[in-house]
Amino acid sequence: MKYSIFSLARAAFSGHKNWQRTWRDASPKSHYDVVIIGGGGHGLATAWFLASEYGIRNVAVLEKGWIGSGNAGRNTTIIRSNYGLPGNTGFYELSMKLWERMEQDLNYNTMVSQRGVINLYHSDAQRDAYARRGNTMRINGIDAELLDLAAVRKMMPFLNFDDARFPVQGGLLQRRGGTARHDAVVWGYAHAASALGVDIIQNCEVTGFVRDGSGKVTGVETSRGRIGAAKVGMAVAGSSSRVAAMAGMRLPIESHVLQAFVSEAIKPLIPNVMTFGAGHFYVSQSDKGGLVFGGDIDGYNSYAQRGNLPVMEDVCEGGMALMPMIGRIRLLRQWGGIMDMSMDGSPIIDKTPVDGLYLNAGWCYGGFKATPGSGLVFAHLLARDEPHKEAARFRLDRFRRGAMIDEKGQGAQPNLH
Amino acid sequence: MRIVCPFCGERELGEFTYLGDAKPVRPAAGATEDEVFDYVYLRDNIAGPMSEYWYHGGGCRAWLKVARNTLRHEISSVEPAAGVGAAKVGA
Repeated sequence: MKYSIFSLARAAFSGHKNWQRTWRDASPKSHYDVVIIGGGGHGLATAWFLASEYGIRNVAVLEKGWIGSGNAGRNTTIIRSNYGLPGNTGFYELSMKLWERMEQDLNYNTMVSQRGVINLYHSDAQRDAYARRGNTMRINGIDAELLDLAAVRKMMPFLNFDDARFPVQGGLLQRRGGTARHDAVVWGYAHAASALGVDIIQNCEVTGFVRDGSGKVTGVETSRGRIGAAKVGMAVAGSSSRVAAMAGMRLPIESHVLQAFVSEAIKPLIPNVMTFGAGHFYVSQSDKGGLVFGGDIDGYNSYAQRGNLPVMEDVCEGGMALMPMIGRIRLLRQWGGIMDMSMDGSPIIDKTPVDGLYLNAGWCYGGFKATPGSGLVFAHLLARDEPHKEAARFRLDRFRRGAMIDEKGQGAQPNLH
Repeated sequence: MRIVCPFCGERELGEFTYLGDAKPVRPAAGATEDEVFDYVYLRDNIAGPMSEYWYHGGGCRAWLKVARNTLRHEISSVEPAAGVGAAKVGA
C-alpha cells in the first residue's frame, strides 16, 4: 500500500481501524538468488537496495526473532557523518545523503530529524583536534562548524558553564546530523522491500550452512528447513562470530555489551544531539520527551544483552557534569545490546574466504547511522561481486595488510574503540 | 556482576579492568606472520563459558583468571593468574 495525506485522512475517518499490514510475513521458498541473514536495519536495507537498485528481487531476509528485535531497536537513534579518516568520511556521508531522502525513497515516515549533532570541547587541545576533524569533513564536502563558547551558550544556555575541571569551551557542530525513529526505519525498509517481492521470514534461525563439494555455500539450514541460495549475506551484528563459526571462520571481532538509557519525559530541553567531550556521555531528547542517552561499552565480552552498574554510574556522572539539573529526573528504562566490536573500530563489508558467503559486520556501536549506506554498499557487493567505491577500504584482510581504519587510534583492543 | 577476588574477597565490578580471552598465547619471537596475525587480530569470541583475564586495579592489583559465562555473566571460578603474583601466594 502507498502512504499519503489521503490514505492518512481515509484511515482517520474510519477510526484508524482499517490500516493494512505494511509488509508481508512470508514463508520460506526452497531457493533464492540472495539470502540475507539478519532482519535488522542493515539486512532489510540490503534487501531493499538489491531489489530497487540492482534488480535482484528473488531475495529472502531471515530473522531468528522478529524484525528489528536486535540492535536496530536498541540504539540511541543518532545519525551523523562527522568522521575523520579516509574510508569512513566518504561512506558515512553516503549514508547521511541516503537518510536525507529515505522517507521519499521508502514512502514511509522514518521521522528523520536533522536537529544537529554537537561535540563539545573542553580544552585547547580538544578544540584543535575538533577543528582538524571539522576541516577534514569540509574538505570532503560534509558540513561542519566550529562553535566558540558564546555560540554554544546561545544554543544551549542550560549547560553547566561553571565547571572548573572540564569547562565547556565550544563545540564542533554538524547541522545535518540528528536522529531518526529506529523502529520506523526497520518497518520502512520492510515495507518497501516487501512491496518489491522480498520475502521477510521471521522466527527462522540459521543453524548451519549448506556447502557443495568445492566448499561453496549453496544455502542455509534453518529452524524452518533448508533454504537454497546462490549467495548468502550475513548482517547479524553482535552474532557475527557465532554465524561465521558455522562456516569455519574466525573473525577479528569481539562481542561486547553497550547500554542505553531513557529518562522520564520532560518538556523540550535539548535541541540537538550533544556529546560531552571530557567523558563518554551523549544525549538527545525523544519526541515523547524522554532524554535518550548512553556512553561507553561495559568493556567485557558479553552476549547477555544487559550490562552492569559501573558503566551506568559513569554515564550518569557524565550527564550530571554537563547538566547538574538532570539529577532530579528519574531514569525510566535501561537496556543493553550486543556490539560487534572490530579490531580497529571500523566495519567490515567484504566477500569471505568461503565462496558464496558475504560479510557485513564490525559496526561496533555505530551501526544505526550506517543503516542506509550499509544496505547500499552490501547490496552492491552481493550484486556485482566487487566492493562499492565508498566501501572499498572496509576489507576483511585489512588487518593482515596493516591497512587499519582506526578512528580512535587504540589498536587491536576492541573494548577501547 | 561481582567478582570474588581470591585475595580480597567479593568486590564490585568497578574495581576490575578487563583484558579478555585467556586462551591466546603470545607467539615466540620466531613465529610466522600467520601466527602473529592470528594472535593479535582473530578471536574465538566465545558465546558460553570463557576463561579470561581481569586485573584487580582497585584492590590487590593482581591479575586474575576468571571463568565466566558470556551468555549470562555467571562466574564459576576465580583464581590468581599464573606468574609472579600467583607464585608468591603459592597458587
